Amino acid sequence: MKIAIASGKGGTGKTTLAVNLAVALGRQRSAVEEEQTGGQDFTDSREAMDGKVAVGLLDCDVEEPNCHLYLKPQFAADQTVNVLIPQVDEEACTGCGLCARVCEFNALLALPAVPLLLPELCHACGVCAYVCPNKAISEVERPVGQVGAGTVEGLYFRFGALNVGEARATPVIRAVKDLSGAPALDTVILDAPPGVACPAVETMRGADYVLLVTEPTPFGLHDLELAVEATRELGLPFGVVINRAGVGDSRVSDFCRTQNIPVLLEIPDDRQIAEACSRGQVFSATNKQFAHKLCALVSRVQAEIGIATTSGGR
Amino acid sequence: MKIAVTASGPELTSPVDQRFGRARYVVFVDLPGRTLQAVENRGGVNAAQGAGVQTAQTVIDGKAEAVISGHCGPKAFRALAAAGIRVYLTPPGSVAEALDRFERGELNEASGADVDGHW
Repeated sequence: MKIAIASGKGGTGKTTLAVNLAVALGRQRSAVEEEQTGGQDFTDSREAMDGKVAVGLLDCDVEEPNCHLYLKPQFAADQTVNVLIPQVDEEACTGCGLCARVCEFNALLALPAVPLLLPELCHACGVCAYVCPNKAISEVERPVGQVGAGTVEGLYFRFGALNVGEARATPVIRAVKDLSGAPALDTVILDAPPGVACPAVETMRGADYVLLVTEPTPFGLHDLELAVEATRELGLPFGVVINRAGVGDSRVSDFCRTQNIPVLLEIPDDRQIAEACSRGQVFSATNKQFAHKLCALVSRVQAEIGIATTSGGR
Repeated sequence: MKIAVTASGPELTSPVDQRFGRARYVVFVDLPGRTLQAVENRGGVNAAQGAGVQTAQTVIDGKAEAVISGHCGPKAFRALAAAGIRVYLTPPGSVAEALDRFERGELNEASGADVDGHW
């Protein structure tokens, strides 16, 4: 099951929820395994896992990753992510300019001699190479970011970083979402970037459920409405988590009620939680009550997925 | 010589369009006679990105030796420089006034972009 945690507004608590949720879920899984292995006395849940990991956390906010601030992994994002850009063979090129005419992204300029490439505009679609009548275009790699993966806090954790100056986050996000080398996971939590532009959409695509995190304020509602529109456009089932419940007013709850959107969890505006976050601590790792609430949230998501499958979504 | 001017309309009396990449028209003028051909800059106006590149392509295709505009962004400048087209920047006014200034030698040749992308 893949759960994407998104929002309209930034700073609502996506990463906080994603990390706390993944850690709580990971510990629940290991507790179940501990029971099944005959109640051995492990002091550390990571030892109990015996190297087996069932929960994954993917930090897809590659422009400003934050999950690692809570998890403090021992590994870095050191695998390069490349995109393909065209390279023109000047001997073979006749200067016909067809490649430039077909480029949807204005990345090629037709000049009397050889076309000029603006690599930062290139979306690596390959059409230029495809149409060249003289087979003068080959595709070469250009680095755009890094990804890293490993195990931390009992989770399989992947995160990425877009190189400074790059305009497109989506290739690096796709690399973070690539689980081809990952262990078998039963639940994957994806921490999305804020907003509803391409990076958030790329993260949400393919998820089984989206949790939209908001705060009960006018800004929270305004941006939630945009996020709801985008999520509906993507045809994904979704529910809302209200963070810092109690700070504002009821407009977000009212909106959800009139729109028939389930509010699956309300996290109170709690100083203890805020203090833990400010120290980079995972609150659900030490607070059993909060951990139970989050595990219950996942059960509700599973139930909602069941409902969405039968009723065709909202 | 053939010179291109970015404009909001297709006439010599039309105002110079200050934004190179988003100009509505590229007006090609043969100097000194001032016979004119106006081309709509559809690609540049509607482009999500690379508007300057698209507009530069129009200027290149029209075989202008130089271009006059209000401001020129980084990709536009790169594209025009690659084609060997000189860029001149003019204060607001009509196409005819900009050509007057050019012919009097009052316009400086730009050595680089004078605004950022998506300005």
